[in-house]
Amino acid sequence: MNILVLLRMVPDVVEELEVAPDGKSLNDEFLRLIINESDNHALEQALLLKERYGGAVTVIAMDQPEIDDVLFTALAKGIDRAVKITGAEKGLTTRQVASLVSRAMPTTPNVLPADLVITGCQAIDDLDGQVAPLLAYDLKLPYLGLVTGMEVDLSARKATVVREYAGGVRGEFDVPLPAVLGIQVAERPPRYVPVAKVRAVAKSQQIETAAAGALTQVPAVDVVEMKKPEAAGRAEMIEGSPEEVAAKICGILAERGLL
Amino acid sequence: MARNIWVLAEQWKGQISEPTYELLALGREVADAMGVSLEAVVLGDQVKGLAGSLGVADTVITVEHPALAHASSEAYGEVLAQLAKQKEPHAILIPLTNASWDVIGLLPAQLHMPFVNFCGDLKVVDGKLQAKCLLYGGKMEVTVTPETPAILSILPGTRPVDQGRADKIPTVEEVAIAPAEPHVKFKKYIEPEAGEVDITQMDVLVSIGRGIQTPDNVELAEQLAEQFGGAVSGSRPVIDQGWLPLSRQVGKSGMKVKPKLYLALGISGAPEHQEGMKSSDCIIAVNMDPQAPIFSVAHYGVVGDLFEVVPCLIEKAKAMKGS
Repeated sequence: MNILVLLRMVPDVVEELEVAPDGKSLNDEFLRLIINESDNHALEQALLLKERYGGAVTVIAMDQPEIDDVLFTALAKGIDRAVKITGAEKGLTTRQVASLVSRAMPTTPNVLPADLVITGCQAIDDLDGQVAPLLAYDLKLPYLGLVTGMEVDLSARKATVVREYAGGVRGEFDVPLPAVLGIQVAERPPRYVPVAKVRAVAKSQQIETAAAGALTQVPAVDVVEMKKPEAAGRAEMIEGSPEEVAAKICGILAERGLL
Repeated sequence: MARNIWVLAEQWKGQISEPTYELLALGREVADAMGVSLEAVVLGDQVKGLAGSLGVADTVITVEHPALAHASSEAYGEVLAQLAKQKEPHAILIPLTNASWDVIGLLPAQLHMPFVNFCGDLKVVDGKLQAKCLLYGGKMEVTVTPETPAILSILPGTRPVDQGRADKIPTVEEVAIAPAEPHVKFKKYIEPEAGEVDITQMDVLVSIGRGIQTPDNVELAEQLAEQFGGAVSGSRPVIDQGWLPLSRQVGKSGMKVKPKLYLALGISGAPEHQEGMKSSDCIIAVNMDPQAPIFSVAHYGVVGDLFEVVPCLIEKAKAMKGS
């Protein structure tokens, strides 16, 4: 079973985010990029499927700061190939990324056909689109998002796929293969790989590259302004030592008859 | 050319969902500001009976077909593409929920329209749509003006549900479109296993997020919940790590809770989480990050280390109960 995984980088929101001088984008000077969380789950799901059904996992990603680390980590976890799409402009929107990647896939040797194309179901900077369904549309493949698990029947060319609804309810679907799936969460938490192993892999294995094609026109969404949101309501802040804070919180609870 | 505002009505188990009414209220404002009609579009197997509650819209457009029984992105896209070609709407508003997720994702490509995601509010400025969107887990607000016609996914909670309900009976227009059988076939719903605790019924929830750091630390939250006579719940990362069962998840994919006290420990408060807890009577948030979005919905906030605050809380609660 051949699985193709698209990984993307997103700003680490644990760090302070600043608006760039243009007032419309993030200041990338101090920006730390990390792997998109649901993409990390897509990678884990691909590794689980490889363990269960055999086959090979190829990871594809746009060239971005820190991407080599992410790709070597994926290689250390057990993927078979890592391909980096180089030479694209900076600051691409989700829709532009989907367009570039879907056109790079058929022209990069031995990437397609894949039985499954999987990626995270969303990213925190998906302003103008979601990448999984956009890929599915461009590749003319069936699509399902918010996926949390699956069983594959390769001989029947189909997968039984589970996706999330609300309130803990899930839905089961029949999906013909090949297909594009947006992964919400892998069947198991993403595995850990020691840094030493990643370093060893970085010395012994290669990241392949593929040149990005020209950017095609995609429907535009014009950003007028970016700013930190003004809190609609702002919490009354409790200050003091941990003991004082605890006493005040217990006081609030007591007033409300909860303690 | 009509250029009307559309709301794609969402159904959940045979009923119109609450976010649909929120969108009708929002869409009503936008349509009035533009001087156009508000139209609700209802797709499904048998949906005419649902149109009556959508009276905030001027017109309800219904398409009935067995292939539309579930929110199939393929079948919905095919029908909406044909409808949009006939009627040329100015904007299509869709609730940003898990039920509508796949339709939201595929429709912009199917209709070749611009798409605006994570929309927290929508206005008309100088005759044009202006959307405010929450990016980066709610840490940045982006103002965008899409080219139109456009598709916009709207975060829950933009307007009160009641504002989107009316006694008025809307005009219903039935349109016959027969979509192809979708390739992706819905088989069944899987109901959650009943948890040992129903977090929607608790007066007090001690809720933990990424800030709890390790599974061993969940015990600390358990101890505090015990002192408060409550239960421990969590945000998505804690559930995904398997540190708490799915039945304890609060938020868009999990439960909507309204306890008397919601104590958020190490939860940043992304919009998906806020959706599940912001109606709680009293919200107290403890977080290291003074910029955490949770402080915009909390009534009381503590910028600090939960591992310092929680042990003191346990001691203080014990002392107060003992006195």
